[in-house]
Amino acid sequence: MNSSRPLRRLVSRLLLLVVLMFAFGFALVPLYTVMCKAFGINGKTGDQYQGSQVIDESRKVRVQFLSTNSADMVWGFYPKAQELDVHPGAVNQMLFVAQNPTDKPMTAQAVPSISPGTAAVYFHKTECFCFTQQVLQPGERIEMPVRFIVDRALPEDVKHLTLAYTLFDITARQPPTVHVAKNGG
Amino acid sequence: MSAVIDNPGHADHAHGPAKGLMRWVLTTNHKDIGTLYLWFSFCMFLLGGSFAMVIRAELFQPGLQIVEPAFFNQMTTMHGLVMVFGAVMPAFVGLANWMIPLMIGAPDMALPRMNNFSFWLLPAAFLLLVSTLFSPGGGPNFGWTFYAPLSTTYAPESVTFFIFAIHLMGISSIMGAINVVATILNLRAPGMTLMKMPLFVWTWLITAFLLIAVMPVLAGCVTMMLMDIHFGTSFFSAAGGGDPVLFQHVFWFFGHPEVYIMILPAFGAVSSIIPAFSRKPLFGYTSMVYATASIAFLSFIVWAHHMFVVGIPLVGELFFMYATMLIAVPTGVKVFNWVSTMWQGSLTFETPMLFAVAFVILFTIGGFSGLMLAIAPADFQYQDTYFVVAHFHYVLVPGAIFGIFASAYYWLPKWTGHMYDETLGKLHFWLSFVGMNMAFFPMHFVGLAGMPRRVPDYNLQFADFNMISSIGAFTFGATQIFFLFIVIKTIRGGPPAPAKPWDGADGLEWSVPSPAPYHTFTTPPELEPAVEHASERS
Repeated sequence: MNSSRPLRRLVSRLLLLVVLMFAFGFALVPLYTVMCKAFGINGKTGDQYQGSQVIDESRKVRVQFLSTNSADMVWGFYPKAQELDVHPGAVNQMLFVAQNPTDKPMTAQAVPSISPGTAAVYFHKTECFCFTQQVLQPGERIEMPVRFIVDRALPEDVKHLTLAYTLFDITARQPPTVHVAKNGG
Repeated sequence: MSAVIDNPGHADHAHGPAKGLMRWVLTTNHKDIGTLYLWFSFCMFLLGGSFAMVIRAELFQPGLQIVEPAFFNQMTTMHGLVMVFGAVMPAFVGLANWMIPLMIGAPDMALPRMNNFSFWLLPAAFLLLVSTLFSPGGGPNFGWTFYAPLSTTYAPESVTFFIFAIHLMGISSIMGAINVVATILNLRAPGMTLMKMPLFVWTWLITAFLLIAVMPVLAGCVTMMLMDIHFGTSFFSAAGGGDPVLFQHVFWFFGHPEVYIMILPAFGAVSSIIPAFSRKPLFGYTSMVYATASIAFLSFIVWAHHMFVVGIPLVGELFFMYATMLIAVPTGVKVFNWVSTMWQGSLTFETPMLFAVAFVILFTIGGFSGLMLAIAPADFQYQDTYFVVAHFHYVLVPGAIFGIFASAYYWLPKWTGHMYDETLGKLHFWLSFVGMNMAFFPMHFVGLAGMPRRVPDYNLQFADFNMISSIGAFTFGATQIFFLFIVIKTIRGGPPAPAKPWDGADGLEWSVPSPAPYHTFTTPPELEPAVEHASERS
């Protein structure tokens, strides 16, 4: 009774559907990343920006800098200034300070985020310490640069951007090597 | 009953069940497995209910009286998990096992051995899940939605057990769903065309496809958690380039169809019960089928309405808001059809009908609060308040649970061969009805006033409403012990039930004697015109 061919065909098709949907669950991961990049949502900023732009002197945008430590992260971590007024198109730089107060070498990764999230596609980083990891020896203190351009195409109604970094301790995942910490890059 | 044809090893009549405990362990009989599912789900209902009692006892008064906040969090989490995966879903699978073969004239489920396996995975899964409560560090405490990073970076050690339990439940549900689809598509009696199937069979067919589509996504979701926790990946960890918001997308891609998985079979059962006690054919059978299919389709494109506050762009908020509101249209069609079925019918209010009518009214209230929550700007205020708790308890308790109670009373004579005690059944209904409304209606008010969900303590201004809620919840909880008594009383005795105890009932399941013999429809039944739905008349 159970070995009829239509039944077998149906069950194998349903099992195939199960496998496909399991794969689809994982496919959501790259799909989500692509969507976030394409629509500039979630405040995720892009990779290193290679282009350059003409400065728009007629307009000013206020960029505010925030630094947050994730839970369990003990480093000192702060920007050297609270905010900058910048012209769209111009290359600007801000320095962030990081200091390792412990007696062990540690590795950190900073993850940037832009608010409002929809403005993330108009915020280009030509250089950022978030592109690499930072290894700090006990007590070491560094200044890390971020260089950025606010796109001329930034919508008129956006007058204020917030660039927030969260610093994560990834020592367990990437044990610090002996070589000297790489500043910025 | 004619002789067994495809079973030459057994002489001339259908043989009964095996003796002893091993009957239940080894059974491949759809009625036995249905019974196992139903008892299991009732045990889980009482267990999840006892967790709810702990929650309501703690919330009886403001301040911390009975349990530690950490344990309170485990209670809210386990209450949700046990009720969703342990009580509601297995109850519907149990009903499907019992009733679908009887309704379509099939001798058994299409894959009886897999049926046995999919049931026995469940006790293993829940043993694993409940055992975490006794582990050092406690059980899952991150809410039944287990958002990362609460369930990954900050989870108790026992989270791995939780993940494996979810895997087992998922495998069980998927196998159950494959079995239902295979049974419905392959084993219908000759002449039982798709559009002649009872709506319970239709809604289960659609539910089964939903299960097959989304349970693997849930499995993928917990697998990603497992990998994040133990294998150093960063699906949901921002430190490694992942994103916690991704978790919510994956989870709710499963989670929203899941809420329809818990309600569609109840729609189907109520669509059998209301016509029976209205003594009229169901109004708008065809539109019911299409409405169910539309709800199932829409459930895949509304998931982000659970996440309006995570910062999705305006276009997304608008899309998910309108798509969600669109679901009100097919749901409205269904409510309209149920009411039209009752219109000018010769109504009587036996216990199944009482539960079914309460289902229609109270589920609609839950639907309306759902519409309020669907309004994105309003949701910014309602998010994570008791208003949400009120909403989903109004769709799940008088929706799913009342649907199960209605089904149980409706088919108990067929299962046991005895009529239940009508007076006690009505008492059960009224106590449940009053208790349930008392427990959940005040939650609307405290929610709108800003009381957050999943808190063990609250502001003094919410005290009175919470006390009323707790009294209602205790009433509802105690009443279910009474239900257990009614069911046991019916199994042990009572007036013998005729083959068709409800004079307005329609369907093949009433053509076999009560209690249903161990083997039914070993030769396909002849479909009489009376069995067909008079849908075109409406």
